[in-house]
Amino acid sequence: MSLAPILRADGLSRHFPVRNAFGWRTGTVRALDGVSFEVFAGEALGIVGESGCGKSTLGKTLVGIHAPAGGRVLFEGTDITGQPASARRGLAAKLQYCYQDPGHSLDPRWTVRRSLMEPLIVHTALTAGEREARIDQIMSQVGLPPTHLDLYPHELSGGQQRRVGLARILMLNPRLVILDEPTSGLDVSVQSSVLKLLRQLQSAFSLTYLFVSHDLTVVRAMCDRIAVMYLGRIVELAATEALFATAKHPYTQSLLAAIPEIGGRRVSDTFALEGDPPDPARPPSGCRFRTRCPRAAAVCAETDPLLRPIAPAQSVACLRV
Amino acid sequence: MPGDNLLEIENLRISFATAAGVAKVLDGVNVAVRPGEIMGLVGESGCGKTTLANAILGITARNALHQSGTISFHGEDLLAMPGRRMQDEIRGRRITFIPQDPIGSFNPLFPIGTQAMEVMKWKSPRRARREGRGAVGLFGRYPRRRRAADATAVAQMLRAVQMPVSGGVLRKLPHEFSGGQRQRLMIALALLPQPQLVIADEPTSALDVTIQAQILKLLKRLAKSSGVAVLFTTHDLGTAYEICDRVTVMYAGQEVETAPVDTFFRRPRHPYTVRLLESLPRRGRELSEIGGEIPQLTRPPVGCRFHPRCARASDACRNARPAIAQLDGAHRVRCYHPFDEVAS
Repeated sequence: MSLAPILRADGLSRHFPVRNAFGWRTGTVRALDGVSFEVFAGEALGIVGESGCGKSTLGKTLVGIHAPAGGRVLFEGTDITGQPASARRGLAAKLQYCYQDPGHSLDPRWTVRRSLMEPLIVHTALTAGEREARIDQIMSQVGLPPTHLDLYPHELSGGQQRRVGLARILMLNPRLVILDEPTSGLDVSVQSSVLKLLRQLQSAFSLTYLFVSHDLTVVRAMCDRIAVMYLGRIVELAATEALFATAKHPYTQSLLAAIPEIGGRRVSDTFALEGDPPDPARPPSGCRFRTRCPRAAAVCAETDPLLRPIAPAQSVACLRV
Repeated sequence: MPGDNLLEIENLRISFATAAGVAKVLDGVNVAVRPGEIMGLVGESGCGKTTLANAILGITARNALHQSGTISFHGEDLLAMPGRRMQDEIRGRRITFIPQDPIGSFNPLFPIGTQAMEVMKWKSPRRARREGRGAVGLFGRYPRRRRAADATAVAQMLRAVQMPVSGGVLRKLPHEFSGGQRQRLMIALALLPQPQLVIADEPTSALDVTIQAQILKLLKRLAKSSGVAVLFTTHDLGTAYEICDRVTVMYAGQEVETAPVDTFFRRPRHPYTVRLLESLPRRGRELSEIGGEIPQLTRPPVGCRFHPRCARASDACRNARPAIAQLDGAHRVRCYHPFDEVAS
């Protein structure tokens, strides 16, 4: 892990309008509200949180699928927010976004070979022979036989489609891959093979991962650092070990307490957090977690807590820590 | 001890006609649920959990080709029961259902109070006891005395699932509730007819982890306090550990292992169960995968359906499905080469 961050988000915001039946704007959902963090080369940074906390919006805003309402994204030191499309195109080779099931992103009418060829034609000046060689190489790296190159996606199993999708993402040797919920909805046995593949590819291509997931056990197994999000904010950012050993934010603590632990205590006997997350269009004043927080005090309603370091590898946004 | 079981499924086989051929979705399944226990039915997608749940409720899809075996509930075979009696006495009354996705199961156009009373009009335990004047017919009136008693029961049940009754909750439409609240309402609707068995089909897999913990806690408390048995299907082993008293594992339409929950997680014996537990991600341990893929149900492997992926498979496994072996206590496994007592 080098010291220069490969990606830096600086006060990143993304707002979505809330419209009524007539299309009038009646409010704003602050899906991202001043999110700042750094990703270092070679690491896997996990982004966890419950649905609606803005973790997918974060991934999409970073690659430019959503335009940010405020803040900056620095990729390898250059500001990539608001770049013209021509400059964006060059960036695509280095910064890739991976949807939940990359297999679904394949064109059903294209053979695997054509799908894998396309990024090389668009982004590189390789000759036809060099492209073929590159495709053969990547197929073996994702564990598929070269005989599959002339098949169509529907002739492959779901797991093989996923591998082709990943191969396509890795075709241009990206430096950073944003993975959006790569294992949600999978059975445990399939999940473990996907995670294993992602880990192999990370070391083979020396990739940096931004791993967006709602599943803390998966993130724990995959990531070096974890950022916990709640209603558009990062509430705690820490090294994986530190987070699981000494989580400081009350929300992180509840999240950890909610994970079933086979062979250990039973969550259904001990879990204490009540209520649902509030409506993101009308977040509470001050700290956004205060309506469910067991430690909330009067000050939490008045002051908005900022993410501040409390240990070498741990930052928390809480006034009561 | 067949007499002790509330629900006993024996040798159930169900096939479906599909474009690719006949899919043998359930192939000789044996599951038993005792009164008041929470039985977990664990398996990966496509293993037949939902088909089994539908078969118990008598709502198997019409393209079912072949159905054999028995589903006995209180000693009566539900598969042989006339449809009218099934509808009047069993489905929604003595056996109720909690779906995975509550938004798809509420009518979006009616307030939840109306929907709760609709359930009670037909499925109230007071109707079964013939309280109030006359039975409700197709155009029949809802007897007023029973209606009042049912409304009280609805209010009590909403309090039991921690939904505030004040503030016009009963007049709200389903979309006005959050996912966790809708699942609470579904649990309330499932418990209102005072059933003996609730079939919960992955009730928490659409929920966030903190909401899941709340719902599991609630379901466990309510099931234990009212003494209702629950057949809880899930693909998540952690959830099964949380809530179940016993666990049955299914693989590709066959049950492979049944054990009390602590034995199950401490000393699994079937190779599939062992590999499944090992594939859970855990810090400080290499990720392990089962290898291979789930078989096509149109062309299932002969014998034990797990044998193509099993490191311990022998010729016996390829020829015939192993019989149920009764191990210590209530631990039952279908395998020629189960893991030893000390393993894993």
